[in-house]
Order: sequence, then structure tokens, then C-alpha cells
Amino acid sequence: MTAKTIISRPIYGTLSPQPGKHHLFIADAEGALAITDMAGKAPPGFFDGAEIVFIPDPEGKHISALEALEPAQLHLPPSFASLLPRLRQTLTNAHMGLRLYLAGTEGLIGQAMQAALEAGVDHTSIETEHRGSLARRMQCVHCKGITENVTTQPAACSHCGLLLLVRDHYSRRLAAFQGVCINAEDRSEIPPMEEAFP
Amino acid sequence: MSTGTTKLDVVVSDVVPVNDLVTRFHFRRRDGELLPTFSGGAHVVVEMRDGDRTRLNPYSLMGSPLDTREYTISIRRDDVGRGGSLFMHRQVKPGLEMVISYPVNLFSLDLRARKHLMLAGGIGITPFMAQTAQLAGAGGNFELHYTCRTASLGTYADVLRERHGNRVRLYHDDREERIDLERLLSSQPLGTHLYVCGPAGMINWVRARAASLGWPPETVHFEHFAAPQPGAPFDVELAVSGKTIRVGEQQSLLEAIEAAGVDPPYLCRGGVCGQCETNVISSDGKFIHNDHWLSEEDHRSGCKIMPCVSRFEGKSLVLER
Repeated sequence: MTAKTIISRPIYGTLSPQPGKHHLFIADAEGALAITDMAGKAPPGFFDGAEIVFIPDPEGKHISALEALEPAQLHLPPSFASLLPRLRQTLTNAHMGLRLYLAGTEGLIGQAMQAALEAGVDHTSIETEHRGSLARRMQCVHCKGITENVTTQPAACSHCGLLLLVRDHYSRRLAAFQGVCINAEDRSEIPPMEEAFP
Repeated sequence: MSTGTTKLDVVVSDVVPVNDLVTRFHFRRRDGELLPTFSGGAHVVVEMRDGDRTRLNPYSLMGSPLDTREYTISIRRDDVGRGGSLFMHRQVKPGLEMVISYPVNLFSLDLRARKHLMLAGGIGITPFMAQTAQLAGAGGNFELHYTCRTASLGTYADVLRERHGNRVRLYHDDREERIDLERLLSSQPLGTHLYVCGPAGMINWVRARAASLGWPPETVHFEHFAAPQPGAPFDVELAVSGKTIRVGEQQSLLEAIEAAGVDPPYLCRGGVCGQCETNVISSDGKFIHNDHWLSEEDHRSGCKIMPCVSRFEGKSLVLER
């Protein structure tokens, strides 16, 4: 679990079964294990009303473990971007009683939560569990471009090329950490780049 | 001392009987200025000077928040209560100068909601009068389900139907009309918030059903001002101020503390806001907790009490006041 540094830095929990009529899981990579771990605590028949959306890695790891839970639906989209229109549609048509469970990388949790917030779901109503990489989704505060899977500190903006300090300051609205130019005074000053978010 | 609230010097500008049980009171500022802005769901604490006795009771503001020339409250007569509503019904006439608190909102709308689903029972309709006026003015999406005993006791049902049409659904007990709660709660779009105001039994019923149907707690809002219950007199030692007081049969513990010249903070005086929470130093006896603020664990521990609505029976009680 990640330590809390400033108030906007998200804190993730451990998935636990909530009362509800429908359950929507969205996970990537090792997030599948958060779901299978939770399944042990779920009441009988819990997955009869559940849809699992899982973005697998290229090897298709963990798919069979999720199949074994026998959810009402198992959907395996190739990427989050390709999932988003369908997810928005699902949330728009959903009723109260739908519970959301997000598990896996911070980028996945953040972007799925962003779609849920747009649908009027409070972030505190969502179960989350972080598994796998600590890589961050970062927004350059200067050019507003998003850089995915940032693992270093500092990190170069993939849009404008500025060298950015990756802050713990997080925006739920943008689903991104804020990156601020680290050498604005003297651009020739290049601090060492470390692997900070493996 | 009411925390963070200043008093408003007002004059009763009108008293309007609404039906057999309910009377509406209008207040304007004595200096002719506008009253402070409020939001739907806010209440004021009305000071009732009745001879040598002062009662302080909370009432929801029911006028439109868009009009602050006057505040209006509606009070249901309670013939077996502690006398606050009877005082208002019998003694308060237009022209009477009174003192009320600034408005405080412990039952506000969550304006991030996609839709507001409101459930009212009886006189619990009053905060929704203000909330629906606020939402209608801003094009908000709401639906009000209002249960009353009979059509003639359906306070403001006609006004609400006229203002909001089909957004208001009425249920009459005498016609055996009941809310199909399961269906209602299961058919709401994601992003709906639920608001309940009415008798304690109704609030508990709705909260329990909503929780079991998967409504997260932060989407369920409720307000129930507990009136202080009368009970056997008891003695209390106030350790900080070094006083020993007796709480009378018709008096609340908070009122007895105030009568002894000690001013604990308060806001709602109905067991909701948490301001008057008081630590118990020692006790030998039984607590009668009536608040909605402390957790069940707090209630069992015997270490805390809400003096606005709760009482005590036993040998001794020492409070940190």
C-alpha cells in the first residue's frame, strides 16, 4: 500500500464484497488476483450478478482464474481506451444498486474512476485495490499532455519534452499525477533520473 | 452559547393555520433588512420565552432559498410533547418580537447528484419545500414521494402538486397507499442521491432497505430531530464549573446546564449535529440515549452523552462541563 504524502494522493484499499444488485469489476494485469482473493470472502452466488471486465497482458495470464469464478459476464477488451465507450454506456444505463470494484494499476483505477465520477458515482463509493506496477499516468502542467506509464523521477513529457518532477499531487478529474518542470530556472541543469515507480 | 451562530432579531410577520395540526409562522428582520442566505434543508433554532422558561427548538426553513425577505417554518402541534409546539400555536401572534438562530444546514442537497430522490413522511415535508424550490429554480432533477395520514393532513401536498406536477407522488395511509420502496430504490439511475425526513421508523426502514439494495451510505441523507423526551428528574455534577444541578422532568439536560449559567456549544438541539457532545467523567446508573450522533459503541461505553436529547437514571453522574 502506498504511503499518503499529500491529501490528493489516492489511497487504495482491499476489495471487499458490498451489498448490491449488480457488481461491475474492472481490472488489469495483477488486478485479477485482487478479484480472486476477494472471491473467497464473497457470499454464495455473488458472481451470478457480476460482470468482470479484464484487460489481460499479452500472455493472457489470469484469464482462466477469472473464468473459474463463473461471473455472469467476462469481457476481455484489448485496452482501456477501447473499453471506454462501452464502459460509459454501461454506467449511463445503470441503476442504483450497481457497485464498482477497480483493481490493478493506478492508471487503470484512475481512468475507470474518472468515468464513474462523470456518471455521478462518488469516489468513496468505489472499492479499489492497487496491484502490480507503480507506474504513473502523468499530466504535464505546462502543455497539458498526458504521459502514460511513467516510472522515473524526473520524467520527460512525451508531448513537449520538458523534464518534469512527478508530484504526488493527483487529479481525480484528469486521472493523472501532476508533472512540473524540474529545471525551469536553468534548463542545462539535468538532475539524475531514477527508477522511482517500478 | 450557540457555536458559530449569531442571533437574529425578528418579528412574527404572519401566522397561518394550514390544517388541524399544522400552523405556519413567518419571520422578518426587525430592522427591515434581508435575512441571511440559506440552502434547502437548513433549520433555525427558535427561542421561545414562555414566562421564566426558555425553550429552544429547531425547525426546518420551508420557504424558497431564493427569497430571503422572510423565513417560514411550519409547526405540527404536539399535545403530549414538552410544550414548545403548544406555545407556538397558542402564544405566538403577528407582531411578536422573537429571537432565532442563523440558519444551519445539516441536511443539504448533494449537488453533484444526477438526480435527487426525496421521501417525506408527515411534517417531515418541510425541508423538502425549500429543497424542491431550490432545485426547481435551477432546473434540477428531482422526485418527491410524500406519505401522509389523510388528504386533509397532507400538509402542502396541494402546493407541491401545483408547483411540481408529476414530480410529486402522494401516498395516503387511510387509503392504504404505500410506497413500493423496493421497486422505487431499484429503478433509480446511477448517481441518484436519496433524502429522507419523517418519523424515526420511516427513516430506519428506508435506510435499511437502501443499504441492502446497494446504495452507498454517502448517497443516503436523512434528518430526524429528536425532541427531548421528558423523564424522571436526576442530579448531575458539572466537574469543570463545580456545580451540581437537577434536571427537571420536562427539562432537557442541556437546558438544565444552561439554566445553571454554563454555556455548552450547540447547534441543532435535536441529537443530530454533535456540537454538544459531552464527556462523562463517572457514572453509576443507566443512560437513556436518544441521539443520532454517537455510535452504538459510544452509547455502550457510557463515556459520552448528548445532553440535548439524552437522559440518565441512577445514583450519580459527573460530566466534564
